[in-house]
Amino acid sequence: MSATTHHTIVNLPDQSTAELPKRNYLNNEHGLLSWLLTGDHKRIGILYLISITFFFFLGGAFAGLIRLELLTPQPDLVASDTYNKFFTMHGLIMIFLFLVPSVPATIGNFLIPIMIGAKDLAFPKINLLSWYLYLGGALFTLIALVQGGVDTGWTFTTPLSTHYLNTHVITAATGVFIVGFSSIFTGLNFIVTIHRMRAPGMTWFRMPLFVWSNYAASILMVLGTPVLAITIVLVALERTLGIGVFDPTKGGDPLLFQHLFWFYSHPAVYIMILPGMGVISEVISTFSRKRVFGYTAVAFSSVAIALFGFFVWAHHMFIMGVSNYSALVFSLLTMLVAVPSAIKVFNWAFTLQKGSITFETPMLYAFAFIGLFTIGGLTGVFLGSLGMDIHLTETYFIVAHFHYVMVGGMLMAFLAGIHFWWPKMTGRMYPESVSKLSAVVSFIGFNLTFMPQFILGYLGMPRRYHAYPAEYQVLNVLSTAGATVLGVGFLMPLIYLAWSLKYGAIAGNNPWQATGLEWQIQSPPLTENFIEVPIVDHEAYDYEWLEHKTANEVTTVG
Amino acid sequence: MHISPVMWQFLVKWLHSSALFPAEASTIAPWTDALYFFLLAMTVVGLVLVGALIFGFSVMYRKEKSPVATQIEGSTLLEATWTIIPLAIFLVTFVWGALLYFRIYNPPTNAMNIYIVGKQWMWKAEHPGGQHEINALHVPIGRPVQLTMISQDVFHSFSIPDFRVKREVIPGRYSTVWFQATEAGTYHLFCTQYCGTAHSAMIGEITAMSPEDYTKWTQQSTSGMSLAQNGERLYAAMGCNACHNGSAAARGPNLAGVYGSKLQLTNGSQVLVNDAYLRDAILNPSQHITAGYAPIMPTYQGQISEEGLIDLVEFIKNLDSNYRVKQTLVTAESDQAAPSTPQPIAPQQGPGANTGMVKQ
Repeated sequence: MSATTHHTIVNLPDQSTAELPKRNYLNNEHGLLSWLLTGDHKRIGILYLISITFFFFLGGAFAGLIRLELLTPQPDLVASDTYNKFFTMHGLIMIFLFLVPSVPATIGNFLIPIMIGAKDLAFPKINLLSWYLYLGGALFTLIALVQGGVDTGWTFTTPLSTHYLNTHVITAATGVFIVGFSSIFTGLNFIVTIHRMRAPGMTWFRMPLFVWSNYAASILMVLGTPVLAITIVLVALERTLGIGVFDPTKGGDPLLFQHLFWFYSHPAVYIMILPGMGVISEVISTFSRKRVFGYTAVAFSSVAIALFGFFVWAHHMFIMGVSNYSALVFSLLTMLVAVPSAIKVFNWAFTLQKGSITFETPMLYAFAFIGLFTIGGLTGVFLGSLGMDIHLTETYFIVAHFHYVMVGGMLMAFLAGIHFWWPKMTGRMYPESVSKLSAVVSFIGFNLTFMPQFILGYLGMPRRYHAYPAEYQVLNVLSTAGATVLGVGFLMPLIYLAWSLKYGAIAGNNPWQATGLEWQIQSPPLTENFIEVPIVDHEAYDYEWLEHKTANEVTTVG
Repeated sequence: MHISPVMWQFLVKWLHSSALFPAEASTIAPWTDALYFFLLAMTVVGLVLVGALIFGFSVMYRKEKSPVATQIEGSTLLEATWTIIPLAIFLVTFVWGALLYFRIYNPPTNAMNIYIVGKQWMWKAEHPGGQHEINALHVPIGRPVQLTMISQDVFHSFSIPDFRVKREVIPGRYSTVWFQATEAGTYHLFCTQYCGTAHSAMIGEITAMSPEDYTKWTQQSTSGMSLAQNGERLYAAMGCNACHNGSAAARGPNLAGVYGSKLQLTNGSQVLVNDAYLRDAILNPSQHITAGYAPIMPTYQGQISEEGLIDLVEFIKNLDSNYRVKQTLVTAESDQAAPSTPQPIAPQQGPGANTGMVKQ
C-alpha cells in the first residue's frame, strides 16, 4: 500500500524493531495499590477514563431502554414509574458521571501538565482526592439505583422532588453533591497549574488552545458548582426538615429553585462543551498541518463563552412567569453567547484553508463535531428566541437540541480526543480502517436518532413522556432505529481500543507529527513527563519549528 | 420576505397532511411558524455554508493536491465578518422572537377568562358560567380566550401545540396565557412539565367550536351555579362578610369595585388589585394590609382549595355593590342557597339546569 502512504501523515517507527519504552508511567510501579494511591496525573486520567467509560455504557443502557419503550405509542414495556426512573438515571449518569468529567478529567488530566511543560498538576493529592470523590458520588448514585432508583428527572425540580416523590431522592442528591466537589477540585487544580507551572517560555499565548478551553471550563467549575451544592443542600433540607425555602405554602418560592439550579446547570453546559472545543482545535490543526486560524480569537472566545455563560440561566424559564422584561434581557444575552461559538466554527473551517489535509479517524470525528455542533448551536438560537421558545421548550425539540450539542458535540469531541491521544496514552495505535468505520456509523446513527426528534418537537411531543399519541409513531420508530445504529457505533471503539492495547502498532513519540509538547516526549510518557525542563521558544502549532527541529527531543537546558 | 397567501396555504396543507407539521389552528400559529421558517432557513444556510467550506477545503487542500501547508496567522477582516454577520442575524431573531413573545403573553383586554387548575394528574377547567371540565376544554373560535392557571401541587405546563401556546402552571401563583382559535376541531392538550408518575397521562382535548355551538355547549353543560355564585356562598360560609361588609364601621375594607383599582397598603406600597393579589391577600393577609386597617385578618392558608379561591376571586371581581353582601349577612343563618344572578355567558340558563358536566 505504498501509494496510500502519500495520503497520510502517520509516521510510525519500523515495527520489526520498535518496542514500547522500557520505562514509562504504566510500568513504573506495579500492583493495584500503585494505581489506587498514585499522584501521577496520567494514571489518574486513566482511572477516570475507565470509570467514565463504565458509566457511559450504563447511562447508554438506560437510553436504549427509553428508546425501546418509545417504539410503540402505548406504555407497554415498563410501568410509568420505571420509565421515569430510566430517564432520570440516564440524565444523572450521563451529565454528572460522564459529560462533566469526560474530557477535562481524562484527556485534560493526562495532557494539561505535559502541554505546558510541567511534571504534574499543582496538587497531585487533591487530584487523586477528586477521583475518589467522583467514585464516592458515583457510589451513592449506584446505591440509589440498586435500591430502586429515583424519578425526579436529573433537574430535581421542586416541589416534586421535595414533597411528592417517595424514591431515593436524598441518596441520589448526595451523589450529585459529592461529584460536584470532584469537579471543583479538578477545576481548581487546572487553574493553579496553568497559572503557576508553565515551563520557561510557555507564555499564555503560546499555550495550545486545548489548555485555554480547559482553563475557561475550570473557571466555570470553580464558580458554578458551589451554587449547585447549595441548591442540593436546600432541596435535602426542604425534603427532610421542611424548611420551606421553595414551598409556596410556607412563603417560599418554587421559582427560586429554578433560578439556583440553572445558575449552575447552564454554565455546566459550557463546562461540558468547552474542553471538547479544545480537542477540536488540536485535531483540526494537526491534520491540516496548519496553525489554528485566528488563535487569539479562538482563545478569547472560550473565555467569552465562560463569562457570558453565567448570565443566561433564565432562558430555561421563559415560560415560567418570569417578568417579560427580564426575559428580554436573558434572550439578548443568549444571542450574544451564540456569537463566540460561531466564531470558533468559522475559525476551524478556515484552519483547513491552504492546509495539507489528511483524514485520519480523529479528523473524521472532528468533522462530525463541527457539523453536529453547528446544528446544535443554531437550534439553540431557536430556543433563545423568546416567542419561538414558547412552542418549542419542554418538547422533543429541546431533547434533540441538547443531544446535538452534548452527544454530537461533546461525545464526538471526546472520541476525537481519545483516538488522537490514544498512541500517547498507550504507546500503541488503534486500528485505522475499523475506527473510520465506527466514526461514520456513529455519525449516521446519531442523525437518524435525533433528527426526527426535531420534527417531533415541532409537532408538540412533550419530553419525558412514557406514552404518546399514535400519529407520532413513525418518527419515534426512526429514532429508535437510529439509536440502535448509534449504539453499535459506540460499542465498536470499546472493542477495538481494548484490542489495540495488546495488538496495536507501536506508535513512537510522534505518530501524527504534531507540534504539541506532549508529542515531543516518549509514548507512553515517563512518570515525570520530561527528562529535563523544556524551554519553549515557539508558538503553538508552529509546524515550521517542528520541521527545523534538529534532534528528536525538545530544546532543553542541561 | 413576502410569501403569497396561496403558496402559504398550499405549503401548510402539504406539510400538515404529511404529519410532519402541526395544524395552524390559532391566530398566533402563523406568526410563530413564520419565525420558525426564518430560523430554519438560517440553520440551513449556516449548515450549508459550514459544510461547503469544510468539504471544499478538504477537497482542494487534501494532502495529495497540497503537499505543503501555507501558514496563515488569521485575518481580522474575515474574523470581523463572521462575528458581525452572525451577531446581526441573532439580533434579528432576538427582536422578532421578543415581539412574538409579547404578542403571545399579553392578552387583549376583551379576552374571556377561563380558570385552569392543574393537579397530579389532571386538568380542571372552570368556566365563569359554572361549567366544569376535566382534561377537556371547550372554547369558541374567533374570540380571544385567556386562561388563568394555577397548580395545586407541583409544576405543570399547559401546552396546545396546534395553537403554539404553552405556559408553566405554577403552585401558589397564577400564570396566564391567551389564544384565539381559528379552526373548529379537537386539538391535543399536553402537560409538558414533568410532574411525576402519570405525567404522560396528563393530557386532554381542546375542542374549538363555532360561536353558536359554543353557546349551545355552555347552556347544556353548566352546573347551575356560576363561579361567582359559588364564591358568594363561600364568602358567607367563611364569614368574610362579617368584616368586609362595606359599612362605614366595618373592620375590613370595602371590596365592592376593588378589582382593578390601585390600593394603598400600610407598608406604603401601591398595588394593582388583580386575581393574583386577591388570592395572596386571602392566603397571607398580614402581607397585604390596606392602609387604615388593623392587621386582624387571620390567614386562610390550607383552608380553601384552589377552586374555592378561584370562586372567591371571581365573586370579588364581579362585586360592584355591597347590597347582596349585607343581605347575605342578614340571611346567613338560614340555609337557603344564594339566589341566582344573571349569567354573563349563558343568558338563557334555567335555574338548576344541571346536565351532568359536573365532574368535580
